[in-house]
Amino acid sequence: MRWLGRYILFIGSLFKNREPFRVYVQQILNECVNIGIDSLVIVVIVSTFIGAVTAVQTAYNMVSPFIPNYIIGMLVRDMVVLELAPTITSVVLAGKVGSHIAGSLGTMRITEQIDAIEIMGINSASYLVLPKIIGAIIVFPMLVILAAFLGIYGGFVAGVATNALTQVEYVYGVQYEFVPFNVGFMLIKTVVFAFIIASISSFSGFFTKGGALEVGKASTQAVTSSCIAVLLADYIISQLLLV
Amino acid sequence: MIEFQGLHKTFGSNHVLKGVSGVLEAGKVNLILGGSGTGKSVLLKCLVGLLQPDDGAVLYNGRSFHESNVTEKKAIRREIGMLFQGSALFDSKTVEQNVMFPLDMLSNMEKGEKIDRVNFCLERVGLAGKNDLMPSEISGGMQKRVGIARAIVANSKYLFCDEPNSGLDPRTAILIDDLIKEITYEYNITTTVVTHDMNSVLGIGDKILYFQAGEKLWEGTRHEIYDAKVKEFNDFIFANIAMQELKNRN
Repeated sequence: MRWLGRYILFIGSLFKNREPFRVYVQQILNECVNIGIDSLVIVVIVSTFIGAVTAVQTAYNMVSPFIPNYIIGMLVRDMVVLELAPTITSVVLAGKVGSHIAGSLGTMRITEQIDAIEIMGINSASYLVLPKIIGAIIVFPMLVILAAFLGIYGGFVAGVATNALTQVEYVYGVQYEFVPFNVGFMLIKTVVFAFIIASISSFSGFFTKGGALEVGKASTQAVTSSCIAVLLADYIISQLLLV
Repeated sequence: MIEFQGLHKTFGSNHVLKGVSGVLEAGKVNLILGGSGTGKSVLLKCLVGLLQPDDGAVLYNGRSFHESNVTEKKAIRREIGMLFQGSALFDSKTVEQNVMFPLDMLSNMEKGEKIDRVNFCLERVGLAGKNDLMPSEISGGMQKRVGIARAIVANSKYLFCDEPNSGLDPRTAILIDDLIKEITYEYNITTTVVTHDMNSVLGIGDKILYFQAGEKLWEGTRHEIYDAKVKEFNDFIFANIAMQELKNRN
């Protein structure tokens, strides 16, 4: 509870006495590049293979001849859009982006760079953390849309290559009973996950005390806490918006 | 002028500052002197507002720092420049970007004006032409000088230096001391240096405040130190001078 209280106060401090918005523009763009471009490769690899594995495993479990093959396409689409693209991508990003954020802020803290900013009368939390959160909120949905597209495409390649179904069946399945709200749901989840990952990682890094060992611990703590929080939020959002 | 009155600071059961008071004079180099673990750095952090004292007041030209609201604190802080023990340069920025940072954040100057000001400050600390180097590409002494340039670039009225000589060879340490002294006199800055270095005491200390175990034991100028009547201070001074001579002989 104490941790939660400090976290809430930290989030509040980001918006109090912040600098003029012009100061943040370049910072936000830098963070978008750091988070987005640097995470592209891992997102492409993970999402393509997850879609492919989902298609193959769904086909493997389809033993009844009464279930049409195009259902594989439909199942891959729904699993990827509703869960795999937003959640798995976010968990992967929690590892990559979260540890980077916590590590960089932790290093700035122990080398007194944060104190140097504070001394100048600048709200260091706001200056350093707000661009990371806004950058993540802008870039995560883009990465997740890409992940969803590649996941479905990976399913297509794997399904057709293993002769589980034809190209036409897969494309028909992907379009079958499509619910547009699911895409909105995916994006809502992603924005929440982006906020959670960037803010928790920043919180862990910003209050690092000690030396290099503690920076490593803060990075690990950031990833662990972010993943747990993402999975918890995943359940709560699903319960609120889908049931 | 900076005045601190009855400062107390405790960490758990460790009473680090025990009601210390003093005056740091304008246009002079004020040295806060003492051995390791005597509360010098804690005092410095209380003075610049990085730590909140449990009790007592810090007055910047009569303005109470810790009782000010956020806007007033910001205004005072923008008059403060600080040189950190490890320089605290932003390692992802070049020398020029480091020195320009306070101007980017605090001023409405045009880009050209900012570059002129940065070049002036870099020249002043003897680093003209080093604009595009990264902090990792320059020596410890040069990093300290970049730190000084960053501290004075926004025309600070108060300069704080935390162990400016630590980790430097004796010759570079003297250069840094001289630079601090020159800048203090040139811009009439209230400079406060936390140190345990005797060369600094004898070389640049216009006013010396000696601390031990969280208390101020002695206060005076560098010309008065040999007449001090405080045993602990005499022990500290002469032990350090003897050590210094021994080092020089070897």
